[in-house]
Amino acid sequence: MSEQVQQKESLFSAKHRRLITDAIGKDNPITVQVLGICSALAVTAKLEPAIVMSISVLFVLGAGNVIISLLRNTIPQRIRIIVQLVIIAALVILVDQVLKAYAYDVSKQLSVFVGLIITNCIIMGRFEAFAMANKPWPSFLDGIGNSIGYGLILIIVAFFRELLGSGSIFGWNVFEAIGLYDLGYVNNGLMILPPMALITVGIIIWVQRSRNPELIKD
Amino acid sequence: MQELLNIFVKSIFIDNMVFAYFLGMCSYIAVSKTVKTSVGLGLAVIFVLGITVPVGYLMNEYLLKAGALSWLGAEFVDVDLSFLSFIMFIAVIASMVQLVEMVVEKFSPALYASLGIFLPLIAVNCAILGGSLFMQEREYQSIAQATSFAIGSGLGWFLAIVGIAAIREKIKYSNVPGPLKGIGITFIITGLMGIAFMSFLGIKL
Repeated sequence: MSEQVQQKESLFSAKHRRLITDAIGKDNPITVQVLGICSALAVTAKLEPAIVMSISVLFVLGAGNVIISLLRNTIPQRIRIIVQLVIIAALVILVDQVLKAYAYDVSKQLSVFVGLIITNCIIMGRFEAFAMANKPWPSFLDGIGNSIGYGLILIIVAFFRELLGSGSIFGWNVFEAIGLYDLGYVNNGLMILPPMALITVGIIIWVQRSRNPELIKD
Repeated sequence: MQELLNIFVKSIFIDNMVFAYFLGMCSYIAVSKTVKTSVGLGLAVIFVLGITVPVGYLMNEYLLKAGALSWLGAEFVDVDLSFLSFIMFIAVIASMVQLVEMVVEKFSPALYASLGIFLPLIAVNCAILGGSLFMQEREYQSIAQATSFAIGSGLGWFLAIVGIAAIREKIKYSNVPGPLKGIGITFIITGLMGIAFMSFLGIKL
């Protein structure tokens, strides 16, 4: 996904390019802006739901940013939150119906978290902070960049939780294949439980901030 | 009656919104710097959940569920509007929050002054929408059960945010490694609190 975007970007100005790269790295929605954590943690016990979730957010945020940005001059200030919520809700219903039709098992695993994309703060946050004040094309790039940054963290967390917790990647049993269990290795069941998602994200934040000291606040 | 109490206790401790489902994490992290503000937000969440979930229950029962429209006449028995539930619930929440804000402003300016800034925030708090969606998914039998679930989850969220705020106030004086300061350590502490709350899992209700 990111390679494809980078090829397209090379046609554009550095400013547009930064909209995407910043959101992946030093302005990452999860580890730096602290937005959209609820869903990020809840769907990361396995890789497959995490990837489906990232793609859903990519669609909703990309499309929503463009719609909001096109409407930005016609939306009255006072009722903008409700207008934004209605647009998000409509897009999320689309995603939900598509998932139910083509990926029923994953949609069952994600349960209420597909619906919770509506209140995912990344989406409202980007609408408010970016799409309401910018033209459609930069808004689209901003949406894509932020959802890639979001998806990246989701996939990293899910990778470690699935590998250490169930000993598999995409349901394929790695540790059994390399014969680790014969040596006495046991899966760490704690990694599947919800609290370890928080601790994994905490460690990712730690690593990111110790590599980029300018991010340290407080 | 016992059934209601079971749902209540279960939604506070075992199915805690924050530790078991990570709902409302954004405001949980952002507003937990001091105990005083977190108490305000926690109370507002209990209040709004206690109103929106029963209203959502009524909508689900009489408008959205398959066959829910049968009170309109025989030709509506087959109508299933459940795909509209996201948009209906979010509309209920947004308008309820607005309404609550107006009522509180009119009748209790002191409470409004302390809750005021948090109320609009609550419209986009995932714990509120999550409450309505869980209510729909778990198919509670009566409005009393839905209300007891709503108040219980709100109370669970309140406990969690006040707990983390108290810990964060203390941890200001501790020597945390630089890169971990702020949100990093908050995540890890929340994880540890979650592990502590998991000790309730063995309780069968």
